[in-house]
Amino acid sequence: MARILEFTLNGRQRVDAVADNLLLLDYLREVVGLTGTKTGCDGGECGACTVLVDDCPRLSCLTLAASVQKRRVETVEGLGADGRLSAVQRGFHEKLGSQCGYCTPGFIMASVGLLRRNPHPSDDDIRQGLGSNICRCTGYVKIIEAVKFAATLNQAGVAP
Amino acid sequence: MNEMVPAHTIGAYVPMVDGPDKVSGRAKYTADLIAPGMLAGRIYRSPYAHGEIIRVDTSAALALPGVKAIVTGADCDKTFGVLPIARSEHPLARDKVRYRGEPVAAVAAVDDATAKKAVSLIRLEVRKLPALYTCRQAMAPDAGDIHAHRTHNIERDVLFELGNVEAGFAEADLVREGSYNCAEVCQNQMEMHAAVADYDAERDRMTVHASTQVPYYVHLMLAQILDMDMSRIRVIKPHVGGGFGCRTETLNVELIAALLARRTGGCVRMVINREETFITHRGRPETDIRLKLGMRRDGRITAVECECHQRGGAHSGYGVVTILYAGSMLYAIYDLHNVKYLGKRLMTNTPPCGAFRGHGTVDIRFAFESLLDQIADELGLDPIAVRRANYLTAPTFTDNDLMVSSYGLPECVDWVERESCWRTRRGKLPKGKGLGFACSHYISGASKPVNWTGEPHATVKIKLDFDGSIVVLSGAADIGQGSSTILVQTVGEVLGLDLSRIRVVTGDSELVPKDNGSYSSRVTFMVGNAAIDAARNLRQVLVTAAARKLEAKPEEIECLGELYRAGAQDRGLTFNEVVTEALKDNGTITVTGNYSTIPESHGGKKYRGAAIGGTMGYSYSAQVVEVSVDEETGVVNVDKVWVAHDCGKALNRLTVEGQVQGSVWMGMGQAMSEETAYHEGLLVTGNMLDYRVPTIQDSPPIEVGIIESNDPHGPFGAKEAGEGSLAAFLPALTNAIADAIGVRFNDLPVTPDRVFAVLEKRRRAGNGRRREASRDA
Repeated sequence: MARILEFTLNGRQRVDAVADNLLLLDYLREVVGLTGTKTGCDGGECGACTVLVDDCPRLSCLTLAASVQKRRVETVEGLGADGRLSAVQRGFHEKLGSQCGYCTPGFIMASVGLLRRNPHPSDDDIRQGLGSNICRCTGYVKIIEAVKFAATLNQAGVAP
Repeated sequence: MNEMVPAHTIGAYVPMVDGPDKVSGRAKYTADLIAPGMLAGRIYRSPYAHGEIIRVDTSAALALPGVKAIVTGADCDKTFGVLPIARSEHPLARDKVRYRGEPVAAVAAVDDATAKKAVSLIRLEVRKLPALYTCRQAMAPDAGDIHAHRTHNIERDVLFELGNVEAGFAEADLVREGSYNCAEVCQNQMEMHAAVADYDAERDRMTVHASTQVPYYVHLMLAQILDMDMSRIRVIKPHVGGGFGCRTETLNVELIAALLARRTGGCVRMVINREETFITHRGRPETDIRLKLGMRRDGRITAVECECHQRGGAHSGYGVVTILYAGSMLYAIYDLHNVKYLGKRLMTNTPPCGAFRGHGTVDIRFAFESLLDQIADELGLDPIAVRRANYLTAPTFTDNDLMVSSYGLPECVDWVERESCWRTRRGKLPKGKGLGFACSHYISGASKPVNWTGEPHATVKIKLDFDGSIVVLSGAADIGQGSSTILVQTVGEVLGLDLSRIRVVTGDSELVPKDNGSYSSRVTFMVGNAAIDAARNLRQVLVTAAARKLEAKPEEIECLGELYRAGAQDRGLTFNEVVTEALKDNGTITVTGNYSTIPESHGGKKYRGAAIGGTMGYSYSAQVVEVSVDEETGVVNVDKVWVAHDCGKALNRLTVEGQVQGSVWMGMGQAMSEETAYHEGLLVTGNMLDYRVPTIQDSPPIEVGIIESNDPHGPFGAKEAGEGSLAAFLPALTNAIADAIGVRFNDLPVTPDRVFAVLEKRRRAGNGRRREASRDA
């Protein structure tokens, strides 16, 4: 069965007919064409598909598209303003929080969620906030630096 | 007076040139290539570990509406494999299945759900054969041969003795022997394997996008498997989500996708899932090592005897090379003279192993550095002093003819000793805490390529046209390690130009020169040298043009990047003016740069396969690991790591640090939690929860010291930075645990249950003694 889904995606209203069993991840990638959100595992193991639903990090591979009715969904493509990178995106780029880049959109969305609820995170807050995401390249050291740098940019007025 | 100076980035912290694409979600990986009309590909895999194929029944699947094609082993009798001497694998099993999960058939259907349904309708009938899951089973006298051409299931036997091992042991003050077991591990890179194959039936052309480290090898194997002329094939490598070695050979995924695409005359997108990615494997083999070392009281190693068994899995892959590396890379880190190595690579009914980061060197280094530590302890020597007693002096050749031109190990050791406050803290930490030390090394590209063609090892082209942008064309596969950034930096450095003027085009066989691929840490060294050569050739073209315009001699021209002038007083020409002048001769400028290794670096001939291990430059690493062991739970926490890596010259300090930290951390995963486990050949750790990858909460701060030994052959003096620091973590960890609780773990991974079991045994023994003591009282 399918139903009509009305929600906000990266600040824009959308209306789509979606199958009841369609995952938000597949909806974003295959229906909308936003492939920034990645599939990294067979369900709920790696965090690569993390998006924000009403500002909270959610695994889009464990979320039905139909369940975001009337909600506000943000993906990595929705960050930044006027074509410039957001604070977290800059952090991951400039501090090398991203190597191969595959886990990066998930880490970035989890970090944005973290900074929105806690603009001054400690190292332990960052470790806790990103504990559901796996990166295989960095050893996480520069990811922590990236988020701390993003927090300072955020304090200087750049949105996370 | 113009104060212009050439732009300069070598040695700086330079973010990756493709970083903005990755952080914005714009970077396209193979699985992101989604287009209307594509077919979905799926693989049917063998549920049997070993059997003769009697029948593959695809009739019900073919009858399913929406199924466009099914291919089986009957559709392709060609074989593939990375080593020309071991190309014995079929993309889809024929005659026999040899491991649980081996591809047997594949479906192309209108959508993934249909393809999945079709796969569930395929039936495989086999005559079961006894399956061999371990080295011991494979070596049993009554074991059958998994491959007819590999009798007794031996992929390769290696034996060499250089010097006199018996005399060496006789000279020692202490001889000790240890047995070590390292579990099989898998790269488990974040991007699951994917291929998009598009066949143009009208013009008989095949285009394949693949998540690979080696587009050129994929090109070769596609031609072989499809029996197509190479000129009809185009291979594109989009962004790649890591590899760590599992993508350094052509995988069945891209070959099967291409077979399906040709059968359907269309485009097939094959994205295998995480469990299948584990099964495709090509990880580090389970390794059993027996190691014997002799040492004098002054710490000098007098003899080494090493026996190594690797469980290679069901197909050859890189197996011959892996077992050879394990022996040859005993050398080139310490000054060793009496060395005997017996290596045996076996075939088993498990997924095929491959070339995991630190290829062939990691498990051997674990054993070696563990035993060194143990002997040092028994002789009452400081573990660091023992390493110092065995340093090489560069330049030199090892007994197995490996060329060592630069050697920054002493500086690495000094750095970690100082930064970790080793001397003041070792042995003085609170109960349950410990410090461990170890060293490792790695090659900067194999000096002899796998496919010997007589061509240069690396070729880079640069194009310069009316717009004044420098376009670097290279086949080097950026898989996240930052090779494109290094290319841009090296070219910019030679030309003195800001990086914003330089673009890099890679990863498309239609556009870029062939490159052997991203493996054995060859790219910075070989492609970097080729890029420097190309940039110098371009500068020569520009200097010649500037000289003509300025009516000066070329040798009088000063190149300041954006300004070319004939003397300090000369107003000179802007870069764009020089380009305009240079284009007058032949229009668009293209230059070539090449790099070839020197014969002295090709390793020796003292035993069969002695070329393996030969490189132009060895990197070196030293590590100190600090741990806390919870004696109640057996949980080991790594509190901090100090690592120093001799990369010759850090072309980009940011990416060197990132590579070194990533290597150390990957070593930590292998040492502490990762293991691919099987139950009768069935993978039981085929997900990221059971295959336990460290999370950010498990991961320590890793402080990096960059040591620059300025290799005489490296590009601006550089050597590799992305592999050499992995191996030292493993023994540094177990040495630290030994320091903390007095127990030495020779089997990896050191999981909490293993630690707990040992501590529990010790407690029981202790309690027993106490009870006896109280009874006596």
